[in-house]
Amino acid sequence: MAEDMIGASIRRTEDFRFLTGQGHYLDDINRPNQVHAYFLRSPHAHAKIRSIDTAAAQSAPGVVAVFTGADIAADKVGGLICGWVVTDRHGQPHKAPPHPPLAQDTVRYVGDHVAVVIAESVAQARDAAELIEVDYEMLPAVVDTAKALDPDTPQLHADAPGNLCFDWELGDKAAVDAAFAKAHHVTRLDLVNNRLIPNAMEPRAAIGEYDGGADSYTCYSTSQNPHLLRLILCAFVLGVPEHKMRVVAPDVGGGFGSKIFCYAEEVVCTWAAKKVKRPVKWTAERGESFLSDAHGRDHVTHAELAMDESGKFLALKVDTIAGMGAYLSTFATCVPTYLHATLLAGQYATPAIHANVKAVFTNTAPVDAYRGAGRPEATYLIERIVECAARELRIDPAELRRRNFIRPDQFPYQTPVALVYDTGDYEAALDEALKMADYAGFAARKAESTKHGKLRGIGLSAYIEACGIAPSAVVGSLGAGVGLWESGQIRFSPTGTVSIFTGSHSHGQSHETTFAQLISDALGVPMEKIDVVHGDTDRIPFGMGTYGSRSLAVGGSALMRAADKIIEKGKKIAAHLMEASVGDIEYSKGTFRVAGTDRTKSMAEVAFAAYVPHNYPADLEPGLDETAFYDPANFTYPAGVHIAEVEVDPDTGLVDIVNWVAVDDFGKVINPMVVEGQVHGGIAQGIGQALLENCVYDKESGQLVTGSYMDYCMPRADDLPSFKVGMTETPCTHNPIGAKGCGEAGAIAAPPALINAITDAIGIMHMEMPATPEKVWQAIRQTRPAAAAE
Amino acid sequence: MHNFEYHRPTSVADAVQSLKGAEDGKILAGGMTLIPTLKQRLAAPSDLIDLGAIAELKGIKDEGGMITIGAATPHAMVAESEVVRRVIPALADLAEGIGDPQVRNRGTIGGSIANSDPAADYPAALVGLDATVQTDRRRIKADDFFKGLFETALEEDEIVTAVSFPKPEKACYAKFPNPASRYAMVGVMVARAGGAVRVAVTGAGPCVFRLPEMEQALSGNFSPDAIKGIEISADGLNSDIHGSAAYRAHLVSVMARRAVTDCA
Ligand SMILES: Cc1cc2nc3c(=O)[nH]c(=O)nc-3n(C[C@H](O)[C@H](O)[C@H](O)COP(=O)(O)OP(=O)(O)OC[C@H]3O[C@@H](n4cnc5c(N)ncnc54)[C@H](O)[C@@H]3O)c2cc1C
Repeated sequence: MAEDMIGASIRRTEDFRFLTGQGHYLDDINRPNQVHAYFLRSPHAHAKIRSIDTAAAQSAPGVVAVFTGADIAADKVGGLICGWVVTDRHGQPHKAPPHPPLAQDTVRYVGDHVAVVIAESVAQARDAAELIEVDYEMLPAVVDTAKALDPDTPQLHADAPGNLCFDWELGDKAAVDAAFAKAHHVTRLDLVNNRLIPNAMEPRAAIGEYDGGADSYTCYSTSQNPHLLRLILCAFVLGVPEHKMRVVAPDVGGGFGSKIFCYAEEVVCTWAAKKVKRPVKWTAERGESFLSDAHGRDHVTHAELAMDESGKFLALKVDTIAGMGAYLSTFATCVPTYLHATLLAGQYATPAIHANVKAVFTNTAPVDAYRGAGRPEATYLIERIVECAARELRIDPAELRRRNFIRPDQFPYQTPVALVYDTGDYEAALDEALKMADYAGFAARKAESTKHGKLRGIGLSAYIEACGIAPSAVVGSLGAGVGLWESGQIRFSPTGTVSIFTGSHSHGQSHETTFAQLISDALGVPMEKIDVVHGDTDRIPFGMGTYGSRSLAVGGSALMRAADKIIEKGKKIAAHLMEASVGDIEYSKGTFRVAGTDRTKSMAEVAFAAYVPHNYPADLEPGLDETAFYDPANFTYPAGVHIAEVEVDPDTGLVDIVNWVAVDDFGKVINPMVVEGQVHGGIAQGIGQALLENCVYDKESGQLVTGSYMDYCMPRADDLPSFKVGMTETPCTHNPIGAKGCGEAGAIAAPPALINAITDAIGIMHMEMPATPEKVWQAIRQTRPAAAAE
Repeated sequence: MHNFEYHRPTSVADAVQSLKGAEDGKILAGGMTLIPTLKQRLAAPSDLIDLGAIAELKGIKDEGGMITIGAATPHAMVAESEVVRRVIPALADLAEGIGDPQVRNRGTIGGSIANSDPAADYPAALVGLDATVQTDRRRIKADDFFKGLFETALEEDEIVTAVSFPKPEKACYAKFPNPASRYAMVGVMVARAGGAVRVAVTGAGPCVFRLPEMEQALSGNFSPDAIKGIEISADGLNSDIHGSAAYRAHLVSVMARRAVTDCA
């Protein structure tokens, strides 16, 4: 059993309950005497609220209460916070305008929260909400990120002049300018990283509950990080002591980042529960998810790459305008800065890099971390500009990348943008990917496609990401308001079963399988005797949650540290039981042995002795229950190469992805099947961004045009090819598992691979995402009028 | 959703009765369009008259040289029908290309045409195949049935009972789906019957329309080459984030040629 746990594709233990409909999602929870909340949302992108008349709604059937911004203000409920303070180029903190859970006197995006109706049923709450009369004074709106800084643009916040949140930079500008001055060739590129709407399968939901006897609250929330939510709710928003608040995040159906944040709805439900003395439940309708979940990406970038005669990169210069939406969401500011600009070296030994990022407010939903968070934006621009450079210099794109890779003997490698990569072998992944994609045979395949009137293209993407988020001292020095360690607890029972408590949270990542596998291997306990507990602040030690591909690298490492403590204590118990000295006890996979003998004690025997300490070391505490906190020494650096091959129909512009190769280096892999699943999902989202998905607001009215699946195009199974997934392995050097993280890789790697392939097929330098059939057709028409006119 | 009275008649006559008696009644067929509309509170009918229990409205018959499909027949039944597959394979293909399995099992031909969604597939079939719509009170030629954007020849309380399709010699439907909704961005039905050719286009304009110039050219020479040079004007065509009018006009040509090619 224990021998083969690491690296075994064990079936997901959580699947039984999910596939048989026995999961417990938030909407499955109903509390005694509960009432329902419905949020009245702003129909306008930007307006002053002259008055709100709730009288008719108050007296509507079934209505328990109606609250507006005035009630929130009267109770001194705090605003939603941004937990990461970015310091700008001039040493000033970013502008964080007030973000009230219910609008005070102005609404700033379609979907902004105006009032809440609490009633016996959702339908009654909704009926009553229609009776609320709001007198709006319309204001001009700006929804276009590229235009937010223009001189005559409508202004969102008095305390953020010019709609500027911060003007930030990273890197050595003088060194970059000097390198450009002596460059042999400069490639320039303007690109947009299109705004996306996350679309988790389970919409956000919350129940607030107040226990008057204990003066304590419970907040059920679809959260990726219940303790962080508790911290924000207590210390910043509601002013409740932390020990008087329990946050429960049960089975959560996908988050992709959007459920990291503290939102108005859970604040209002929790606050209102005390006001109405009944549990208050809210579940988003899909339309509300589109309007009010934090969106992702939204960068407008100009980049320049300087090279010498041989195509060696000399310097990279990046100017980005990043949309924040109407207010700052919980981690919005770190995404375009410390999760983006710090990755601009990519896999390359570019000696000088400078990035300037201006974050701006627009009359749109808040923007925050979405699968990859900053790293897809960095990878997209690097891998696009490198591709363009290869075409301009007429160097094979694989070869140009190879020439510029950081070599294995250069690790640990200090990039010019703050990070130190610990390990990697980029050429190994490239070679494997080229082989798997039969790169050498592409010309023949292209010729064959041409015969059939199709345009064929191939595109590479060599990505890197910083995961295992994150060393607390480092992020603290950069403005993070929290530490980003993780906790883990391993608790044996007298009969030898194990409960694992983790501060990270599974909402699709398979923690219950992977963590059980990891600890089964370390402690020699069969998987079926292990349960993984997460998502309830009353059960688990304080934890920081799941995002940034951190669960295994950080949360798993905490568990390994706890396992070390179990083994250390177990040795003392085993030594006592076998009348040997502790120094003579060897441990391996669940067995304690007196060195050089066949005398052994099993983990189960040791656990029993710990709880029934009839024969037990005098100076040792009973019990076998250990907790560890793990703060990583560095980020981890998953990297790899994806290759996309497409066939384009010149008649319609339709892109058919005919092949996809992903070769990833995630360090040590615990469960390859789970990892492959994460890779597949990530690529699907990356293909979604490159080909299909786009969040569109009407430029005049600020209405969300893509507010349903009729217009927001999610990838479907038949949009996707069968993925060929390969792996290389350079174990992470600084955590006890050697794992790097795999959750975001696909979403980071895929978009540039696909756009590189499509532009290669058409024979153009660039095309903005998503590459819709019409855009592709228009591009073909411009480059080869004859073909498209057919 | 607002409250409404729910009726489940077992005959067309009773359904008509209920509809006439209601203050603001609506027919409920598959509910694939109507239910979301109610949920979004874009409509608030006083009464819903569900056709689901009227046996005579469901089924496919091969009679009198026509294929007749009951109004409440779901798309899946048309797609899987042996007789439709044999006699008008283009119609089975079209039905198979509507939405997803859930939608095909609920959505009905009557609901589809009564709704006259500009991007729906069936209107191209009805007009392209020269079908006749039967209602509780009259017969309407497909050419006269579709009036405009979400507009048909149906009166307030008129119920579609069936659609009859003559048997073509050849017919093919080529659809370019909207990437997001998978409705037709452009769908073209080309059919030849008794020497005459019909070309009907859905998705491109506010309502299904025919292309007389292509019909004429194809009547003389039923091959893709015959319509190669025919320019489709973008005037009056739909334009949205998924495709401009010019792109749709281009797709009409491409899909028409593909439909003709597939007929060979
Ligand atoms: C996700 C999704 C994808 C879809 N994709 C496609 C697609 O690709 N192509 C396509 O063509 N369609 C598509 N549809 C539409 C679907 O196929 C149905 O045809 C359509 O929703 C209406 O049919 P229904 O039977 O559900 O009618 P309902 O929604 O019940 O009714 C629609 C309207 O027609 C009226 N009505 C219904 N039956 C009659 C009758 N017999 N007489 C008079 N009036 C009547 C109703 O009162 C109502 O106003 C899709 C729908 C969904 C939800």
